[in-house]
Amino acid sequence: MKFDADSAYRLHPKVAIRPEPFGALAYHYDNRRLNFLRSPELVAIIESLRDHDSVRHAFRAAGIDSRRWPAFETALASLAESEVLVPA
Amino acid sequence: MNNPASPASPTSPINLADQMKSGLDAPICLTWELTYACNLQCVHCLSSSGRRDPRELTTTEAEAVIDEMARMQVFYVNIGGGEPTIRPDFWHLVDYAVERGVGVKFSTNGSRIDAVVARRLSESDYIDVQISIDGADAETHDSIRGEGSFDTAITAMENLRDAGFNDFKISVVMTRHNIDQLDEFAALAERYRAQLRLTRFRPAGRGAETWHELHPSSDQQVELYHWLLDRPDVLTGDSFFHLSALGEPLPGLNLCGAGRVVCLIDPVGDVYACPFVLHSDYRAGNVRDPGGFASIWRQSDLFAEMRQPQSAGACATCGQFDACQGGCMAAKFFTGIALDGPDPECVKGLGEDLIAAKSDQSDRSGQPATPASGPDHSRPTPVKLGARRSA
Repeated sequence: MKFDADSAYRLHPKVAIRPEPFGALAYHYDNRRLNFLRSPELVAIIESLRDHDSVRHAFRAAGIDSRRWPAFETALASLAESEVLVPA
Repeated sequence: MNNPASPASPTSPINLADQMKSGLDAPICLTWELTYACNLQCVHCLSSSGRRDPRELTTTEAEAVIDEMARMQVFYVNIGGGEPTIRPDFWHLVDYAVERGVGVKFSTNGSRIDAVVARRLSESDYIDVQISIDGADAETHDSIRGEGSFDTAITAMENLRDAGFNDFKISVVMTRHNIDQLDEFAALAERYRAQLRLTRFRPAGRGAETWHELHPSSDQQVELYHWLLDRPDVLTGDSFFHLSALGEPLPGLNLCGAGRVVCLIDPVGDVYACPFVLHSDYRAGNVRDPGGFASIWRQSDLFAEMRQPQSAGACATCGQFDACQGGCMAAKFFTGIALDGPDPECVKGLGEDLIAAKSDQSDRSGQPATPASGPDHSRPTPVKLGARRSA
């Protein structure tokens, strides 16, 4: 399924996130894969997704400059691809 | 560490490999050898297992270690041994870990994986099983692991498949005698709906004695490298990064993770920086010490030292250093090569030359060329007698 930044996403219930100096590590207990979340900002966005009905609303609420949205969307799309994020 | 591929950085790019080198808040890959007891005596056993050590952690102490892992948010622990399922409290400790959010992957020779156990295991998403196979047929396998052990492993794999346990791991240590069976291993994995995992033969434990005759030849290493490049789904635990010097890098982080992303707790609670170097030089402390495992991981002098940039030493002038990073510390250590020297299986042959020179030198001087591995636990533990005083 194609990633849609106007839809809502949630962290997969089988994913655990552990903060690290560079951002966080996300481990998926279903496919047993480890993902690197490469910035604390990205981690904060992922954690805020549950409070928003679309990814872009989460960006806006976090005060992220709209010029940076495409980079975040690429990162989140990749996480949706590996099922760290799932459509809400 | 199956998939270090990561989303594009939305902010300033960082070098993940550099981040890994300076260490993490908790290990990614934590190996816990639960017992030295084993019903097999494999010729390459890293921990020279055989009999239980009377000083092994008690159930209560093991639970405390798990509590600590849970606090550190260790995602999963790789339990091995010895044969971990021999410990009477093994299944209890697995449940204890899973209940606290610490996933368990355990390595076994399969002897305790009957149909009932397989069904139980398949019910949890937080348990993964790794069956050790060292040959694609009984003859090759049993020559490493002992007579009848191939059939035992196959029965365990059948039980797991029949219980619907998909994607368990079939783990193979690559030797001179099984590299030509790579396709057969892949076929076995498919037949049992398992994932194939290949790891490197390390000259540690009993493997130190057998490495010279069993490690793959340089031609076989090249064959393995190309086979792996064609099959990015085959797991390797990043153990063949020394082969990245042959050209395109293999998938993975391609660095030595000792003390940075991996470490090992042995059955008596000693913590080692590298799961393949159970030697006092790389012992950072014991989980029974004040502060426990977390303080060893975060504060021990040894781990701090290992997270410092390492010298490229003799390899500094080699054009391939960025690819292979000088190779595997354990392989160097137990073959008597300096840690800033080339890997004994360096694809340019520099390691072989050094080992040959070392061996000559040792013959002349009578001094051993390599550090001794830990005690062989398949032999009775020597009893230390107190100094006797004459009356």
